[in-house]
Amino acid sequence: MGRPVDLDRRTTSAAMATGGSTTGQAPGRWLRTARLPRQPFLRHGLITLVAGVALFLLTDSLGPFNDFQMAQIAIYAVAVAGLGLLTGWNGQISLGHGALMAVGAFATAELNIHTNVALALQILAGVAAAAVAGVIVGMIAARLRGPYLAGATLALALALPEIAVKYSTVLGGEEGLTLNPLTSPRSVNLDRWMAWISLLCALLVTMLLANLATSRFGRAFRAVRDDEIAASLAGINVARTQVLAFVVSSACAGLAGSLLGLAVGNVGPQSFEVALSISLLAAMVIGGTGGMLGAWIGGFFLVYVPQWSSSVSHSLHLSTAVESNLSLAFYGVVLMVVIIVAPSGIQGGIEAAARLAGRLAFGRPPLLAPAESDLVSPSPATDTPRPIRNPKEDT
Amino acid sequence: MTIKTLHRPRHAAVAGLLSVALVAAACGSSSTSKSSSSTPSSGGGSSAPGVTANSILLGSTQPLTGPAAPGYSEIAPASNALFQAVNAAGGIYGRKIVYQYVDDQYNPSVTATKTRQLVLQNNIFADFNPLGTPTQLTVQPFLNSQGVPQLFVASGCDCWSSSKYPWSSGWQPPYTDEGKILGTYIKDNLAGKKVGYLYQDDEFGLDGVKGLDAVLPSSTVVSRQTYSVTTLTAGMANQIAALKAAGAQVVALYTIPAATALTLLAAAQIGYSPTWVVSSVGSDPPTLAGLLTSFSKGKAPASLLNGMVTNIYLPPESDNSNPWIQAFKAIQAKYDSNNKNWDGNVEYGMAVAYTMVDLLKAAGKNLTRQSLLQALDTKAGSFTGPWLVPLSYSGSDHYGIQGSQIAVNQGGLNLVPTGPVYQTTVSGPVTTVTNYTPAAPPANLAG
Repeated sequence: MGRPVDLDRRTTSAAMATGGSTTGQAPGRWLRTARLPRQPFLRHGLITLVAGVALFLLTDSLGPFNDFQMAQIAIYAVAVAGLGLLTGWNGQISLGHGALMAVGAFATAELNIHTNVALALQILAGVAAAAVAGVIVGMIAARLRGPYLAGATLALALALPEIAVKYSTVLGGEEGLTLNPLTSPRSVNLDRWMAWISLLCALLVTMLLANLATSRFGRAFRAVRDDEIAASLAGINVARTQVLAFVVSSACAGLAGSLLGLAVGNVGPQSFEVALSISLLAAMVIGGTGGMLGAWIGGFFLVYVPQWSSSVSHSLHLSTAVESNLSLAFYGVVLMVVIIVAPSGIQGGIEAAARLAGRLAFGRPPLLAPAESDLVSPSPATDTPRPIRNPKEDT
Repeated sequence: MTIKTLHRPRHAAVAGLLSVALVAAACGSSSTSKSSSSTPSSGGGSSAPGVTANSILLGSTQPLTGPAAPGYSEIAPASNALFQAVNAAGGIYGRKIVYQYVDDQYNPSVTATKTRQLVLQNNIFADFNPLGTPTQLTVQPFLNSQGVPQLFVASGCDCWSSSKYPWSSGWQPPYTDEGKILGTYIKDNLAGKKVGYLYQDDEFGLDGVKGLDAVLPSSTVVSRQTYSVTTLTAGMANQIAALKAAGAQVVALYTIPAATALTLLAAAQIGYSPTWVVSSVGSDPPTLAGLLTSFSKGKAPASLLNGMVTNIYLPPESDNSNPWIQAFKAIQAKYDSNNKNWDGNVEYGMAVAYTMVDLLKAAGKNLTRQSLLQALDTKAGSFTGPWLVPLSYSGSDHYGIQGSQIAVNQGGLNLVPTGPVYQTTVSGPVTTVTNYTPAAPPANLAG
């Protein structure tokens, strides 16, 4: 069923690569063997493994405050990656992802407080609860387009925290629920333990989402995004595909909410206000919509922008009223700069810069330039004959 | 036209992740060298974090902006003013207090980040008077695992005194204690009258009602009404109508100031005037008078507050003959001149800072976190200050002020203390304090 709408570059790239192998001299062949495996699962697994080791070593070399920030970066990366899947791959917008995070967070909090189940189960419950919410919201979303969808999801972001206040005996009201602190293995600092858990979850999620993108489902997501009528003619159930995208995205949000609750130690409406949903959206656009690297960059921004802005306003001796709003203004400025300088986000910008650098370093663009958008490093290792044009840009 | 996306991980992802990580490392590198020194918290000598030969760094998270800011944002500047006055008089063993309070907007997830920043990056010696129940519950495990004193939390939750968290301590009376004392007043002085409750639907209100219920026979309570902070804008008309219909002659309020003011306005509108018995949290006359004016667009006079019964644990701020009030006002004029309001929040901030100064003195010249905790456990119980009851601090009690006196509002802006000073504990009976009078402030306090 995937054949007619196969937008996957791999097929084309593979064909082109074989065709182009006539140019392969000795160094070229060596270089080709140095490439990452073509099989997506292996490739993404390898990247994840390398990134995991790098991040593990990083947490080991950083101070304890950075542990907490690493955890937060990872948590927001999960949420942004999920939102990117929905918006970037499937073309649906959500202004209510903060609320879906809240669903996951409250589910985890209830289990954490009232039961003794293992941490992994608490987190999974958060994911499951948000996925169920995603089914419901997704079914509504599949019937709505553009501004109507934005409005509906915004209503979700506004209304859901109120439910916590309304049913305060169960959900803790304004003050939220205070979670039992985690227990970490003997010698490990609690914040570092949380950072490891969050980083592991985030790496797994970004890996799985990267795999999903290259799968039949990923192609269906994109087909629906690009042209619903064409997609349905090709045999794709448009509504079901949209709901599926929403569910996967919600599950990511739920995971992020669940981890955030555990890291902070409190789950309450204040933590999941509309501002969070908007910030996630901003982070997604800044990082690069739908890109896995972009999600991490987005998470990084969400954690560091408030910190930078508060240190800036401290050094300028601004009033607290200014200070508390400066980070929002900062987001706005960064967002505008990114949109102007790199319309496809920082990930897109990095890739464009790398293409340019590759072109400059290796001369004649058509043959030797890294034509695929995912080549970032100008190192010779990436310089194998590749398709001349990005097939995506033809469509 | 479409948003450009699709999978492009591969080298990009690896390189990018690493670059993100490296930037993170660069951002954090300035802090790593410092943070290692926060671990030997129980170490000896004057090598305690945040303490140098001539300074002591205290930190705090406060709602300087956001929904809880009105009123509460005055507390930390007032504390700081008292510290300035103490610094001007030579500090504590030659060390000047530096008070670094940051805005957490009353949002627990912000508190979690900012508290870690204060402890791990800015290396504070202790977290002093951080405000809020949910916000401080969030960081209680963290602060205790780091061995950082979480001192004099600005919350009447009974969560700050527990053997599980020895580094935490409260200061103001627990809401349950206040409820028992107000209940005792109702039982003794308003006997036989029908009582109604109106309380905030959270831990603050529920704890208070727990205290009231512990003292008042359930047969006298005819109506229990609640509200939540987010629905405050809807006013109190429904609750007031229900209390009136139930025939409540005494209404006990566990309300924040805005809710108290709305309650009084709603009652005035339907000509309902029971005896109001209000927790100290929501009865500060200058605050209420201001709210009444703004909510009614100038129509409601402060005299609406006349006759309101409340509990106080510090001298009434309207008592200009009290030497503490005189000293605090002088300090405000000198060191906190940005704040033109003199109200209960300012008095609170100065009184709690005064306790901190005493504690730092008691911890001795060789100041460490351990010596501070030891001073709290062994010496703080005998500290003298403006508080109306002796402090209850001991090795097994980290509550602080566990008592109150009843005061009645006269004319709108004056609170007049009446009757005995009561003392109680969260689970014990209410007794009367004898053999205690608040000490006079040191002569040079205001500099």
